[in-house]
Amino acid sequence: MKYSALNLLRNGLRHNRDWPEAWRHPEPKSHYDVIIVGGGGHGLATAYYLAKEHGLRNIAVLEKNWIGGGNTARNTTIVRSNYLWTEAALLYEKSMQLWEGLSNDLNYNVMFSQRGVYNLGHTLQDMRDIERRVSANRLNGLDAEIVTPDQLKRAIPALNTSASARYPILGASLQRRAGVARHDAVAWGFARAADALGVDIIEQCEVTGIERRNNKVTGVQTSRGHITADKVGVVVAGHASVLANMAGLRLPIQSHPLQAFVSEPLKPVLDTVVMSNAVHGYVSQSDKGELVIGAGIDAYNGYGQRGSFATIEHALQAIIELFPSFSRLRLLRLWGGIVDVCPDACPIISKTPVNGLYFNCGWGTGGFKATPGSGWAFAHTIARNRPHELNAPFSLDRFATGALVDEHGAAAVAH
Amino acid sequence: MQKNRLQSGGRIDRTQVLNFRFNGRAYQGCAGDTLASALLANGVYLIGRSFKLHRPRGIVGSGAEEPNAIVQIGSGAATLPNQCATQVLLYEGLDANSLRGWPSVQFDVGSITNWFSRFLAAGFYYKTFMAPRKLWSFYEKLIRDSAGWGHAPTKADPDFYEHRNAHCDVLIAGAGPAGLMAALAAANSGARVIIADEQSEFGGRLLSQTDEIDSMAATDWVAQAINTLAQHENVRMLPRSTVFGYFDHNFVTIAEHCTDHLGAHKHTTVRERLWRVRARQVILAQGAFERPLVFCNNDRPGVMLASAVSTYVNRYGVCPGREVVVFANNDSAYRCALDLDAAGASVKAVIDSRATGAGDLQQEVEALGITVMTGHVVTNTLGSQQIRAVQIAKFSIEGTVPATLPAQDLVTIQCDLLAMSGGWSPAVHLHSQSGGRITWSEELHCFVPDGTTQNCVSAGAGNGAWELHDCLRQGLEAGKAAIEYCGLEISDLAEPKTEGIETNSLQPLWRVPAVKAPDRCPKQFLDFQNDTSVADVRLAVREGYRNVEHVKRYTALGFGTDQGKLGNINGMAVLAEYLGEPIANVGTTTFRPAYTPTSFGTCAGETVGQLFDPVRKTAIHEWHEAAGAKFETVGQWLRPWYFPDGDEDLDAAVKRECLATRRSVGIMDASTLGKIDVQGPDAVKFLERIYTHDVGKMKVGRCAYGIMLGEDGMLKDDGVMARLGEQHFYLTTTTGGAASVMSWLELWLQTEWPDLDVYLTSVTDHYSTISVAGPTSRQLLQAIDCDTSLDAADFPFMSTQTATLCNLPVRLFRVSFSGELAFEINVASDHALTLWCALMDAGKNFDITPYGTESMHVLRAEKGFVIVGQDTDGSVTPTDLHMSWMLASDKDFLGKRSLRRPDALRADRKQWVGLIPADKTTVIAEGTQLIEDTAARAPVPMCGHISSSYDSPTLGHPIALALLKGGLERAGEKVYASLANGKAVPMTVTSPVFYDPQGERQRD
Amino acid sequence: MLLIECPWCGQRAETEFSYGGEAGITRPIDPSALDDAEWADYLYMRNNPCGSIKELWNHSQGCRRWFGVERDTVSYKIAGSFKLYAGEEK
Repeated sequence: MKYSALNLLRNGLRHNRDWPEAWRHPEPKSHYDVIIVGGGGHGLATAYYLAKEHGLRNIAVLEKNWIGGGNTARNTTIVRSNYLWTEAALLYEKSMQLWEGLSNDLNYNVMFSQRGVYNLGHTLQDMRDIERRVSANRLNGLDAEIVTPDQLKRAIPALNTSASARYPILGASLQRRAGVARHDAVAWGFARAADALGVDIIEQCEVTGIERRNNKVTGVQTSRGHITADKVGVVVAGHASVLANMAGLRLPIQSHPLQAFVSEPLKPVLDTVVMSNAVHGYVSQSDKGELVIGAGIDAYNGYGQRGSFATIEHALQAIIELFPSFSRLRLLRLWGGIVDVCPDACPIISKTPVNGLYFNCGWGTGGFKATPGSGWAFAHTIARNRPHELNAPFSLDRFATGALVDEHGAAAVAH
Repeated sequence: MQKNRLQSGGRIDRTQVLNFRFNGRAYQGCAGDTLASALLANGVYLIGRSFKLHRPRGIVGSGAEEPNAIVQIGSGAATLPNQCATQVLLYEGLDANSLRGWPSVQFDVGSITNWFSRFLAAGFYYKTFMAPRKLWSFYEKLIRDSAGWGHAPTKADPDFYEHRNAHCDVLIAGAGPAGLMAALAAANSGARVIIADEQSEFGGRLLSQTDEIDSMAATDWVAQAINTLAQHENVRMLPRSTVFGYFDHNFVTIAEHCTDHLGAHKHTTVRERLWRVRARQVILAQGAFERPLVFCNNDRPGVMLASAVSTYVNRYGVCPGREVVVFANNDSAYRCALDLDAAGASVKAVIDSRATGAGDLQQEVEALGITVMTGHVVTNTLGSQQIRAVQIAKFSIEGTVPATLPAQDLVTIQCDLLAMSGGWSPAVHLHSQSGGRITWSEELHCFVPDGTTQNCVSAGAGNGAWELHDCLRQGLEAGKAAIEYCGLEISDLAEPKTEGIETNSLQPLWRVPAVKAPDRCPKQFLDFQNDTSVADVRLAVREGYRNVEHVKRYTALGFGTDQGKLGNINGMAVLAEYLGEPIANVGTTTFRPAYTPTSFGTCAGETVGQLFDPVRKTAIHEWHEAAGAKFETVGQWLRPWYFPDGDEDLDAAVKRECLATRRSVGIMDASTLGKIDVQGPDAVKFLERIYTHDVGKMKVGRCAYGIMLGEDGMLKDDGVMARLGEQHFYLTTTTGGAASVMSWLELWLQTEWPDLDVYLTSVTDHYSTISVAGPTSRQLLQAIDCDTSLDAADFPFMSTQTATLCNLPVRLFRVSFSGELAFEINVASDHALTLWCALMDAGKNFDITPYGTESMHVLRAEKGFVIVGQDTDGSVTPTDLHMSWMLASDKDFLGKRSLRRPDALRADRKQWVGLIPADKTTVIAEGTQLIEDTAARAPVPMCGHISSSYDSPTLGHPIALALLKGGLERAGEKVYASLANGKAVPMTVTSPVFYDPQGERQRD
Repeated sequence: MLLIECPWCGQRAETEFSYGGEAGITRPIDPSALDDAEWADYLYMRNNPCGSIKELWNHSQGCRRWFGVERDTVSYKIAGSFKLYAGEEK
């Protein structure tokens, strides 16, 4: 049943008793052409684009718990594409373009809100980096501009643009097309749309082994039995190394806790997204009214979906440095996710040394914004058995050749 | 007039009348009231409107569980949004306002949404607002404006906060009967005890009930217990202190609320204090939350939890109704009937869903002449802005709960208050936060703690012990167990005596059937704040959202400011029913911090404002300030950026500073450079592995420019290294790299090469560095009594020696970052200002000019010197920077192997070049990207970027430094700088060394 | 916030320490003998275990010594700390 105002009205009159399931809950078949391991946003998007763009139908998404329950449910919902390096910018921009039509494409309102993202600069070097990034973004066809403290003051009244701040704000980059989306809806929307194209979404089905013969993948072992497959795509943020081990692979990935939190719901007080690398804080306000705030990555490796309170303290110190009037607001709920961090802060969307086995991982803190683009590129890689030119730079090989896409380094170091 | 205030009883002080305002009207309450109890005393039932449907809402609970009575306190910078009226202590002059309802909470235009509620079912917004796409921002604005609760302050917080660290043997969360008992047990044994409770008074439920302990009133027992604890120096009692977080390794966070209850104050003392406690053992005794019952229109003002009604009667001396119906599926609500009767209210009936009725308490209630209707339920309420009547019906469970109730059986009872009890749910939040499991108890019909992963134990109602004697016993046992764990002597404290009663077990009743099915009958609310109803959960299941997390997220169940303390369990049970599974299979969601909302300021502590990060200033800082320097932030340092003469701007000042340095002498404070002293028999061996050049070949007294690479082969840091002795080196690092280079050296020395006998000492703060540069710098030093020869023959370029200047011992380095004859002077920081002033004084004869970081950048750019972090970004190899000559071939060093990787050998890597704008006038912004094809469309291929760019005062035209693809081979070629306005400025590729390429001036 | 035992200073809060990742990644004795894949394995590839890990910590706000910790990456429970080299006393 199409989601529309008309159908909302019609069903309302019938006391909402006729809405169908958003997605089926089938038993797993014994064989699939493609199995996607991981029912997060990326995995569901991969399945959707495999079906939609590549005509495959016999696809399963295996999720060990509930779909969209990993980092899809645990991020700060920021979507932007203003990355420095061309390779990264074009991949994220592909994603941005998909975001722009996603609600209609999926017939599910993912509430993509292009309210703009400001990246603040506090030092002369920050401003050089911003100039460099904005200049590159513009040439790459992304919208990007530099704004002054005066413009910031007007756009974001609560922001402390005073020159007497500990780290005064010297300016910012602005991507107006960037913004936020409703994270849960992204998983549900992709699930519903993929399901409509025949994809089996199988929850509570944990993959416990990846079967291979003659260096070719043949299927997976799961908590719900053995399933054969011609191709297996793994996209399990947080547990990529664990799945890689099942296939005898090692990845250049470290799993870290990443925490975020929300305030109580408030009347609109922040109409855009503000990020500051220098003081390590980023914040936006959800449509419900909660301030959504991200903390820095906890330093140690951890799969516990929780981090240290000191990290939260530091994040709030940063937020109060940026917004002194937020000090009396209250932390309502904090949570942690597991992020897979690559040495160059860029993802891996790649074939592997095992034929028919593909990995999509290492998104670090940048996964949510990439959801549609990641799925789109991964679907292409799996269907054609070769990467699309957009994700070719993000192969596993780059760690041996040294062709890293160093978004880490781009954040600059010494001086 | 406080019309609902009882003549006597309660813990309020009737002699201390407090004036307050609510929604602009003046009221009076008593000292000891909460805002909620004061409002109820004044007969104010309508407190707010619900989030989505704008339904009228009143006070339901009496504590942290309150979902409805959410108000804004005060105005201006100190305003507090989203405060729970049940937790706000009344003070003179308190000003509170409802958060929803326009134009007023009584007449709310938004309540029109209630009429359309069938079109606003769970998740409706996912199904619409999609077309036309452009309108989404308009819809979103409507949604945002209608959502949200309170208003954030618009001015900086006038209050301040602090953090306090504490260690203890036993931390007790909750000071009800179990917590107090545990504290008494632990205190007697001499353990270091912290006991914290979110309420203003210790005692928990004992303050709200009429029990007796050890033959005295429970409140007297509490007073005695507090008295006893106060006599123990080893016990710290923290009232108004919420244990809100339980983290790894028994790290527990407590928010102590110090001033909010005092009302107007001058913000001169700490508003809230964050206790960061590391406890050996934690006892969790936070009690339990009473559950509402779920029936049609169960959200009307005047429908309250039975325990809350008892609390208002017994603790606050307020009787919230005159004609009351009590509705329960368990025994505890009968106490409420007794309390109400004692308070003079007319209890019209006790409606008990159980055919069996209650135990001993039923007889007590009936003895007062109160009707008890067993096997009945309240299925609906009537009224508008306050409850007017309830509709009751016969009820029995034969196998399953009946789908609907026959309409003809309904009986209406008039009332102005409905006290309900659906049983109790232990507050397992902290237990769950600690990593402990919880399981569904089929016997108690609630989640109970089951197994811990940290050193903690639950006791009392929080552990499923409902009866007072069980709470006391569990508290005592927990206290003793904690003592035993800590290895202390267990006291022989005995369990106090209480009177037990016979009770009948609770009847699980998660939703009361109505005369119509849930999706057709009036709304049966699960989550009051978010308007989540039974029909919403049913719809979610119908649409395939089956996992409890999906249902919660789809329906917003439990996502309010109360975090589902009231509604979650009912919601899960209803979900289980629709899934056809036992509740235990549905599971629960993980409880996350914070237990109750906690101020950002409290979490941040004192580390805000100017204390956000330490400010580092050099020993000469005050001179710079006095000289009117503008400062630049570099890491934590403040460095002089330029020294304007009068109203000079940056460009004018820099031009003057640079020219003076090239012409006569400039002086600069370079103290922020990192400085590391390296000594030991294996110093050479060690540094050979760190630096790329031949360290061993350096002669004592000589300096060398050194670079170090990461293991990935990328330039990590650079600086001058001096050999002070055979086994003694002195390294300088970049300002920003000082700490990380020190750590880097320690890392390798300790983890990889512990066999090397080397000692590292950071001397960054010990020495200040003054750089004197320019043709007359030598004469300047001689003019302040330099005791050694500075002639080139005796003190050649790239060497070091000790000396005295103005009778101060110094170390001189003949190094240059400006390309001029220059000396860097290291002097003990205590003497730095003296020396600087002496130099300035003597320098008058040489036209001495102080210069800042900007001129330093210009001077070195004219010479083509790299600044790590500005001209490099972690993706630049030494070869890219023309530094291949510094890579020793006959040794290994960190990062060397990476330089052989295919990507490091690419010919089209971005490499270091100079650029001069073809028009010799345009200064290009630093960071600007370079392109070759000005006609290309996006994505336009980029061939590099400008990392440094200045209008060179020395050369008289702009210069730039850039990383350019294949730049090593491209001298003389043309590239374009792409400007923000779309213009492309032609640039000529040159050598990066613009000035004195032979380096004659610095060697002079 | 973790409670970490520095083998030299005793138990301290996590905020006094900095993290060094997996322990036991030994620098190859002759890097030049490795092919690119082998070098990449040393540089970047990690076991990243979900469970017990031996890792490096530095008491950076204290004695500044590096040492090892055995910790579970799921429960975060610490089994113990250890000095990196026998007889290390410097």
